[in-house]
Amino acid sequence: MGIHLYRIDDRLIHGQVVVGWGQPLNIRFLVLVDDLVASSDWEKDLYRMAVPPEMEIYFADVVTAIRNHAQYASDPRPGILITGDISSMQRLVREVKAIGSVNLGGIHHRAGRAEKLRYVFLTPEEEHQLRDLEAAGVEVTAQDVPSARARPLSEVLEGESR
Amino acid sequence: MNEQRGGGPEKPLAVVVGHGEFAGGLVSAVGQICGMADKLVVLSMMGMTPEDIEGTIREQLTRTGARVIFTDLPAGSATLAARRILKDDPGIVLVSGVNLATLLDFVFSTAASPTEAARAAAERGKASLIVVGR
Repeated sequence: MGIHLYRIDDRLIHGQVVVGWGQPLNIRFLVLVDDLVASSDWEKDLYRMAVPPEMEIYFADVVTAIRNHAQYASDPRPGILITGDISSMQRLVREVKAIGSVNLGGIHHRAGRAEKLRYVFLTPEEEHQLRDLEAAGVEVTAQDVPSARARPLSEVLEGESR
Repeated sequence: MNEQRGGGPEKPLAVVVGHGEFAGGLVSAVGQICGMADKLVVLSMMGMTPEDIEGTIREQLTRTGARVIFTDLPAGSATLAARRILKDDPGIVLVSGVNLATLLDFVFSTAASPTEAARAAAERGKASLIVVGR
């Protein structure tokens, strides 16, 4: 079992994660990797309240997640690891060679970002970071919900107008 | 941001926000049943960052004076945004898991305050869920 999905999603814990992926994959634990959330008891309580009782949630900053990854990966239950941005996932991937694929679940519009998919907007720097991830041997695909087609990074970067 | 208002003169009492077209559909149903959709502001959070969702709800609360937020899913982004707003303004009331019975009770309420109306409406909404059959 262990981590079934490594997801980048700026909404962190929300309906698509808890219900959309959580139910079909029978997810029993979440690892929320975010330096800001991990440092705030209030933020941790906020996300804890959003998780159904059958799911356990772990909070970690990136450094802690790197240190504890083997423990998450060997958990007998199926889980999802989530970061809120590409940089955090990139830092994780650099140190954890076992991560073979990354899911782009939601990177929404913000100044400087261009639309690639309905739920993926990227700055040039973020595009570069994703290309680096793939160059490091990690499969990067965009897929907001399980019933959608997983789109390879090359297709994502070309955008929907192709 | 997608915002819709009913066309009547009533001051909105609550913001309804949810996934996809959920809020618009629910408020449209309120309008069809009793013509009181103008008591509710519809927000959709499609394509928005968490910061934008929170900012948009705050804007609408300020603009309308509404003190109640209805959201669809306890784990949803709108609910998390609303909880952040409540942290700053404990006078706001959040009702998560809203359904049509909840909103109908709310818009007809004669309670002394919108927050009291929201609490009563939530109880009505819970009671409206029934299972028929073996």
